[in-house]
Amino acid sequence: MTQPVLSVRDLRVEFVTRRGILKAIDGISFDIGKGEVLGVVGESGAGKSVTGSAVIGLIDPPGRIAGGEILLSGMRIDNLPPEEMRRVRGKRIGMIFQDPLTSLNPLYRVSEQLVETIRTHTNLSASAARKRAIDLLAEVGIPAPERRIDSYPHEFSGGMRQRVVIALALCAEPELIIADEPTTALDVSVQAQIIALLKKLGREHGTAIMLVTHDMGVIAETADRVAVMYAGRIAEIGPVRDVVQNPLHPYAKGLMGAIPSLESDTDRLVQIPGSMPRLSAIPPGCPFNPRCPYVFDRCRVERPEPIQHSEHRVACHLYDQSSVRSEAVA
Amino acid sequence: MTERSYVEVKDLRRVFDVSKPWLNRVLEGGEKQYLKAVDGVSFSIAKGETFALVGESGSGKSTVARMVVGLLPPTDGEVVIDGVSMSSKAAFAERQRLRRRIQMIFQDPYASLNPRWQVDRIVAEPIRAFRLIEGEKEITARVGELLSLVGLHPADGKKYPHEFSGGQRQRIAIARALASNAEFIVCDEPTSALDVSVQAQILNLMRDLQDRLGLTYLFISHNLAVVRHMASRIGVMYLGRIVEISNGRELFAQPKHPYTRMLLDAVPDVGMTGRQRIPVRGEIPNPINPPTGCTFNPRCPFANERCRAEIPPLLQGVACHAVHEGRLAIGAAA
Repeated sequence: MTQPVLSVRDLRVEFVTRRGILKAIDGISFDIGKGEVLGVVGESGAGKSVTGSAVIGLIDPPGRIAGGEILLSGMRIDNLPPEEMRRVRGKRIGMIFQDPLTSLNPLYRVSEQLVETIRTHTNLSASAARKRAIDLLAEVGIPAPERRIDSYPHEFSGGMRQRVVIALALCAEPELIIADEPTTALDVSVQAQIIALLKKLGREHGTAIMLVTHDMGVIAETADRVAVMYAGRIAEIGPVRDVVQNPLHPYAKGLMGAIPSLESDTDRLVQIPGSMPRLSAIPPGCPFNPRCPYVFDRCRVERPEPIQHSEHRVACHLYDQSSVRSEAVA
Repeated sequence: MTERSYVEVKDLRRVFDVSKPWLNRVLEGGEKQYLKAVDGVSFSIAKGETFALVGESGSGKSTVARMVVGLLPPTDGEVVIDGVSMSSKAAFAERQRLRRRIQMIFQDPYASLNPRWQVDRIVAEPIRAFRLIEGEKEITARVGELLSLVGLHPADGKKYPHEFSGGQRQRIAIARALASNAEFIVCDEPTSALDVSVQAQILNLMRDLQDRLGLTYLFISHNLAVVRHMASRIGVMYLGRIVEISNGRELFAQPKHPYTRMLLDAVPDVGMTGRQRIPVRGEIPNPINPPTGCTFNPRCPFANERCRAEIPPLLQGVACHAVHEGRLAIGAAA
């Protein structure tokens, strides 16, 4: 098997607070291959954005990476000194944030921001960098890029700004792009355009993309594989079609049923009772056990480890062969 | 229609003055500028029905909601609720009585509850304002009843809003809306700030309450799937106008207006993994300077000379020349 672009092994992220240590990420592992889009879904507080920040080395104190490894094309990056990490960031890992207005500097023209980024990471001349910037804007679908390049960020609409941010992330042709809720601030019709663009980039450049979002629809459209996160852990990970249409983990099942559909009529949506536990009060055993309809004794005491189940990996005792209850939810 | 509609919105318009300040206009030149946020919107809602307005940002749906509840005076047009016009000066007393029966639920449950008030005071506010119940003990009992109705515990009344999650806060907002025995509730993106599993809880609650109390909803959302789930009739808005209005099932099975088709096609749906979509063109134009004729014409693949010159009227539930002329076959979703 070829080496994955990103490999995360048993990653743990903690936040030290006055009231104790909060485990935001508690032992997650996944790989992203070349040209692959891994979707990371979950509700607020599940730890999806923290995972993205950890990979790119942007966890600020009081947060810290407490354990595990992050490998970028086989090179360990979680323990790099800040100066070296700064060179990896931007050059080898690009980042797209949710709000395109805050990720662009409002005081500089788009051309200056793009050229600066390109010249930081490559040794192109100023005029060659400008030419490349125009090419990038054309590639992300900005009409008349030679004219638009000298505009300020506020002169662009939300969708166009997000395209500029994507162009910025592409400047140094990174191996990996982390897109944190890239379409959440956008209207549906614009969202569809951005999704199409991201898919095209993965296909044409072989860029690995980690797509963090709470929108299952976006994942279903874009991702090749999907990881469902709950309370800092991966509940289920597998090929997108399988996870969406045939989720195994009770939380993933509930999550899929809770989404209103455009195609079918349902009288009531599936309701998961309760809400995600606070980080300071994650229950022992399986973190989902107080909300789970299939809970049994073992779930309350023993933490489920991910189990391979056909193409999925699922962290649930129900699928453990040694567990008696496994036939109960077929 | 034999059944008298409960809410009737007639040719509602709202213009905002977005000119530069007077001195700047004098020194730098420039005309006064107006933004037509809502430009002739009409619809009616039957009692016990859920009518939804759906559209992208800037389409004017929230402005309509605010005018319907009376938070914003319309520039022109009229809102009639249960036979009483909200804008007539004469029926003041009657309007007062009506106000009590209209309530609103807002998008952001973090901003719409006073952080310094305990929950029972928040929920009791409409009861006190309209003097519905006399006596503290009776008010407390009623507040407890309302909190149980929305799935909270009566003892939660002693807490402050920050002690609740987003979904629970939205429940408090619903309890407050019901406190004045409201019959008509305007919901402006009530679940947009919530996670899907919590959204499902709130949508289920809203439907249960509608069944139990016979509520009428005006539901504003940008999320087509949520709208489909909630509404019996839907109006699609684009740049201040309703471009298509139809009952829910029909709209999703056979969208007529090219914008509706485009919008439906753009929604990423969980069911259609790997499906090829028709690429969406362009973005919503600047409402200060909208295109002439049909405002959708620059993005419409079926636009012709007439579309660029003449505003299409809303006929048989759709405002589109191409559909009216039969140029555009009404088929299944593209």
